[in-house]
Amino acid sequence: MAKVLVVTSGKGGVGKTTTTAALGAALAQSGQKVVVVDFDVGLRNLDLVMGAERRVVFDLINVVQGVAKLSQALIRDKRLDNLWLLPASQTRDKDALTDEGIGGIIADLRTRFDWILCDSPAGIERGATLAMRYADEAIIVTNPEVSSVRDSDRIIGMLDSKTVKAEKGEQVKKHILITRYDSARAARGEMLTIEDILEILATPLLGIIPESQDVLRASNVGTPVTLNNAASAPARAYTDASRRLMGEVIAMVVPAERKGLMDRLLGRRAA
Amino acid sequence: METRAEPTRQLVRLRGRSYVAFVFCPVVPIVGWLEEIDATLARSPGFFFGKPVVLDLSAVELSQSAIAHLVTSLEGRSIRVLGIEGVDAAQLTPSLPPLLTGGRHCVIQQDKPEKPEAKPKPTSLLLDSPVRSGQSIIFTDGDVTVLGSVGSGAEVVAGGSIHIYGTLRGRAMAGVNGNPAARIYCQRIEAELLAIDGYYQTAEEIDASLRDRPAQAWLEGDIMKITPLN
Repeated sequence: MAKVLVVTSGKGGVGKTTTTAALGAALAQSGQKVVVVDFDVGLRNLDLVMGAERRVVFDLINVVQGVAKLSQALIRDKRLDNLWLLPASQTRDKDALTDEGIGGIIADLRTRFDWILCDSPAGIERGATLAMRYADEAIIVTNPEVSSVRDSDRIIGMLDSKTVKAEKGEQVKKHILITRYDSARAARGEMLTIEDILEILATPLLGIIPESQDVLRASNVGTPVTLNNAASAPARAYTDASRRLMGEVIAMVVPAERKGLMDRLLGRRAA
Repeated sequence: METRAEPTRQLVRLRGRSYVAFVFCPVVPIVGWLEEIDATLARSPGFFFGKPVVLDLSAVELSQSAIAHLVTSLEGRSIRVLGIEGVDAAQLTPSLPPLLTGGRHCVIQQDKPEKPEAKPKPTSLLLDSPVRSGQSIIFTDGDVTVLGSVGSGAEVVAGGSIHIYGTLRGRAMAGVNGNPAARIYCQRIEAELLAIDGYYQTAEEIDASLRDRPAQAWLEGDIMKITPLN
């Protein structure tokens, strides 16, 4: 059974596109057939993070408008055979999205893929509501700070009211993914703790991704962080999260500060 | 001589009594008048069922067969004609309802159609999931109970009291229909705004010592008091 999963947050810049790419690659590496769909029409980034920006011919809006077929717009990843990308348009904006158009595309994708990851834009307007509309599950990406948490709460409310599943009386299965977690600042009390976040959002935790330079390095070379440096802390956390999505039970590891030997000797903090 | 018991003869008593009946006064065209009857029946079916109905034919000139046809059409609508007035006796055959004379106008007591007993409206609302930021719960008919927290940027508006089994981070407005006895209860108070019957307090005015503890808010006169519960 194909699963449509929306990666959303409300707040901008928390790591939705990074997460979509990383989880998509991790799921594909474990053998699943995955497509990542960019819903951020006009401000597309998923193609950059996936390293496919020079191969975009047709995009989501072309398919919505019937100008191109879905198979013409889908771009296969060069590194993983069963990972595909459906990019957004850069020249149009979110008003070009239509409910029926997206519904048709999602239905078509369900017949071809095991996992359909929808990268939602920030905000609560048409792009975000259409990205979540046909979702079975949702990952709410949250930074451990107050504005992100409040915006995530808003988005959770919308997942329970503006989706097809909610309108039918069913529930979209929701997960919280905490990103950019800085253990040192949390220890000093400068960041919301995991317990605070979960108490406010009252939704199960999927994973905790630590703040790391690896994420920026990976997006600069156009590779999902789980492929670029699979041993890095964020990559391992994303891989654990992808396994939890597939149903495995894995103990949650709160990222701790990792210091190299020299840093420990010289009393330096890890980057 | 044989005595024969004579069968006691029943005395047939004839008495006069007056009854109240509906009088139908058909007008031309009869077909249009029958349509009006149908419309009335559509609105309240069975209204004339079992009620005595008299036909006053003084406004129309109907032949014997037309009268018979009219009576049959009314019977087809479950309207049984008790008698006919306003025609010559010669026009009525024995199979038709008898001629009536001497009718007097009177007021009819209308049987009010029984209103189905209005179900008593619920006076409290129960929410068993948290109220998320941006959601607005408005229930002016009574109390609201939330089994969960109320998120920052959410609001709960109630005509009665508000009970929150969780943390109140948003706004709570109780007693909105002029009910100063309403109260607000919560397990942790981090509210942005509390209001009872129009008197409100913002987060800044809530004492820091009350935070993170179960609390209740109520009105004393026109001052809102917030005190810890237990």
